[in-house]
Amino acid sequence: MFYREAGDFKTSYTADSQTFPIKFDRYRYYAVLAVAFGIIPFIINDYWANALLLPFLIYAIAAIGLNILVGYCGQVSLGTGGFMAVGAYACYKLMTAFPDVSMFIHVILAGGITAIVGVLFGLPSLRIKGFYLAVATLAAQFFLVWLFNRVPWFYNYSASGQINSPERDVFGIVITGPNASAWATYLFCLIFLTLCAILARNLTRGTTGRKWMAIRDMDIAAEIIGVNPLKAKLTAFAVSSFFVGIAGALFFSVYLGAVEVGEVFGIQKSFLVLFMVIIGGLGSIFGSFAGAAFLVLLPVVLKVVGVDVLGWPTDIVAHLQLVIVGALIVMFLILEPHGLAQLWRVAKEKLRLWPFPH
Amino acid sequence: MNKKLATMALSALMVAGPAMAELVIPDLSYRTGPYAAGGIPFSDGYNDYFTLLNERDGGIGGEPIRVVECETGYNTEKGVECYESTKGEGALVYQPLSTGITYQLIPKVTADGIPLHTMGYGRTSAANGKVFSNVFNYPANYWNGASGAINYLLSENGGDLTGKKIALVYHNSAYGKEPIRTLETLAEKHGYELTLLPVDHPGQEQKSQWLQIRREKPDYVVMWGWGVMNQVAVQEAANIRFPMENFIGVWWSGAEFDVEPAGDKATGYKALTFTGLGDDYPVYDDLKKHVVDTGKAAGAGDQLGAVQYNRGLYAAMLASEAIKTAQEMHGVTNITPAMMRDGMEALEITNAKMDALGMAGFGPEFSVSCENHGGPGLVGVVQWDASTGTWNKIQDFMPTDAEVIGTLIAEDSAAYAAENNIEQRCE
Repeated sequence: MFYREAGDFKTSYTADSQTFPIKFDRYRYYAVLAVAFGIIPFIINDYWANALLLPFLIYAIAAIGLNILVGYCGQVSLGTGGFMAVGAYACYKLMTAFPDVSMFIHVILAGGITAIVGVLFGLPSLRIKGFYLAVATLAAQFFLVWLFNRVPWFYNYSASGQINSPERDVFGIVITGPNASAWATYLFCLIFLTLCAILARNLTRGTTGRKWMAIRDMDIAAEIIGVNPLKAKLTAFAVSSFFVGIAGALFFSVYLGAVEVGEVFGIQKSFLVLFMVIIGGLGSIFGSFAGAAFLVLLPVVLKVVGVDVLGWPTDIVAHLQLVIVGALIVMFLILEPHGLAQLWRVAKEKLRLWPFPH
Repeated sequence: MNKKLATMALSALMVAGPAMAELVIPDLSYRTGPYAAGGIPFSDGYNDYFTLLNERDGGIGGEPIRVVECETGYNTEKGVECYESTKGEGALVYQPLSTGITYQLIPKVTADGIPLHTMGYGRTSAANGKVFSNVFNYPANYWNGASGAINYLLSENGGDLTGKKIALVYHNSAYGKEPIRTLETLAEKHGYELTLLPVDHPGQEQKSQWLQIRREKPDYVVMWGWGVMNQVAVQEAANIRFPMENFIGVWWSGAEFDVEPAGDKATGYKALTFTGLGDDYPVYDDLKKHVVDTGKAAGAGDQLGAVQYNRGLYAAMLASEAIKTAQEMHGVTNITPAMMRDGMEALEITNAKMDALGMAGFGPEFSVSCENHGGPGLVGVVQWDASTGTWNKIQDFMPTDAEVIGTLIAEDSAAYAAENNIEQRCE
């Protein structure tokens, strides 16, 4: 009833090929944007920003990036943590070297640098596939973390080997550092997420995305019909690393403010983002959002319910959290191997027929 | 029925009524993960001392204390979440027991005006109160520890370490890297040779580091370890038959659970300390009477007298003394975080005070000032005896190389001040 194509007439090809061709979908999308941009910034406080929304927005960018590589192009990567570290350290070096330049430019440049590094580590993908590629990207993960720990130039020779984000602004509004207000950091990340999502969505709908999917589905067949595997794979690595680099830069500069590479960008971060992509749904932009939300919000919700509402000891709640999140992941993968995005697709199909299913 | 309704209404009132004036102390603890072995006793000690004050004295200055515990798992992201979720409740002082989380919180607490006490950990140069207005690391910091270890070795060698080889086995994180600069400066001063051996988180994999020690045969090994890393290191040292009496850990590598797994072979292992040992203090009688016997002890209640439990107890004692100082200074009992900061800056710990608290000789005498947030930096040395299962004090609290450390602190804090445009205080 709510969700149907009937009566939604289009008079031009542009209208027909828009991102959300169904009216209800489109209005829902506008409504989400309106709430995210128009309402949340006015009611947000430090806790909501730093504990829930910032990590969700940033992980969503990282998940979109990884989804392009794994979900759309079929190249398994375990190097996400390392690439996020590249973004973070690039952003740090830029922030300290050019303090007067806007944060916006720093973050985008950090993404660009990560894209170059990503292409370098993507080169082996031309020769190796599947598990072997996963191992090669794993090497990138360990190498990059080791590099940032080892070479003092990257952390400006600080005694602790940590990087700390100094105070920087965009058009005079403080974005990083402790004096940044919640709404500013939230909006800054939200703008990046929106731009990234729109870019990713349109890339995957166009020629580039179709080439990636052809490579994913069968690389020899794709090559025969004229897809250049070198170009397709390397663009996937570049675009994916660009997004992941932006996520890493925001993660360090806006969200955490101080980073220790081994702890924050270790192998567990690579797995976390990969789980987001798998649980959310491979090859789906919405899935990246859903996966990020699931893995960021669920532990916090469980903690709030366990400790603050039920008053249980913190260690028991922390253990239960692992058990519940783990069990839910297994359950989801058994009941719906295609992730949360597939659940959403099924729900939409049902909604189309509701309330009169045949 | 009526009575039941009345009680229900009353309890609803109590829940919904205005929050009672109370002193809120967040406890960012970690009872899970690879560092839980150290996190549990510290948090138990921290909680139990405040419970004791509530039960015995009705709080501090008549104000009850409410400890809000939040599990961080020694993870910086969870640490940030814990900080944000507790700071709104009027948190008076943070004690995260993690150098990584400390680095996150230093700018945040300064902006929010809440004091941060990093007792014997965290950023060493925070001892310079002129730059770090809201961060305190009394009574001792890592550079005192590094210098204390070297001073102890000097005393063993008749004041001369020329040509000796010293290896530093450290947790490859901000925490473990903290002493390197001091040890390097001291190496130039005393002429020993320093080898650096990083161990990655969580620290279970140390075979290659100890193989290198076996090959290079350093005269002494100094360790900056935490959590499971300590147990593995002591075991590995025993495996390669490294002489235990030449192996010195920092205070976070000197608890019972660090050496017990290695059994008798751990006898002779040394560690630094800045607090008293065991449960032979009058305060423990009160703890048993008011906290343990009434079933109000935190956690399993089995950590009393353990090394890290004593540190938690000591941290809570310092916090409560700072609250008392703040209450006297401002003439109100329900203090704010800003008043608490003033109280910490004016804190004075004397032997008479510790006597009155039943903790005579538990820590050194010291006073905090606007310039000096780091205390005296007195470091003692203890040695493990596996046959009796006790740590024995082999060197009392001794001063460290203030000249070298002072220069380093001034340098590092000046760099921080320049990076963040901080104007120097206390002038």
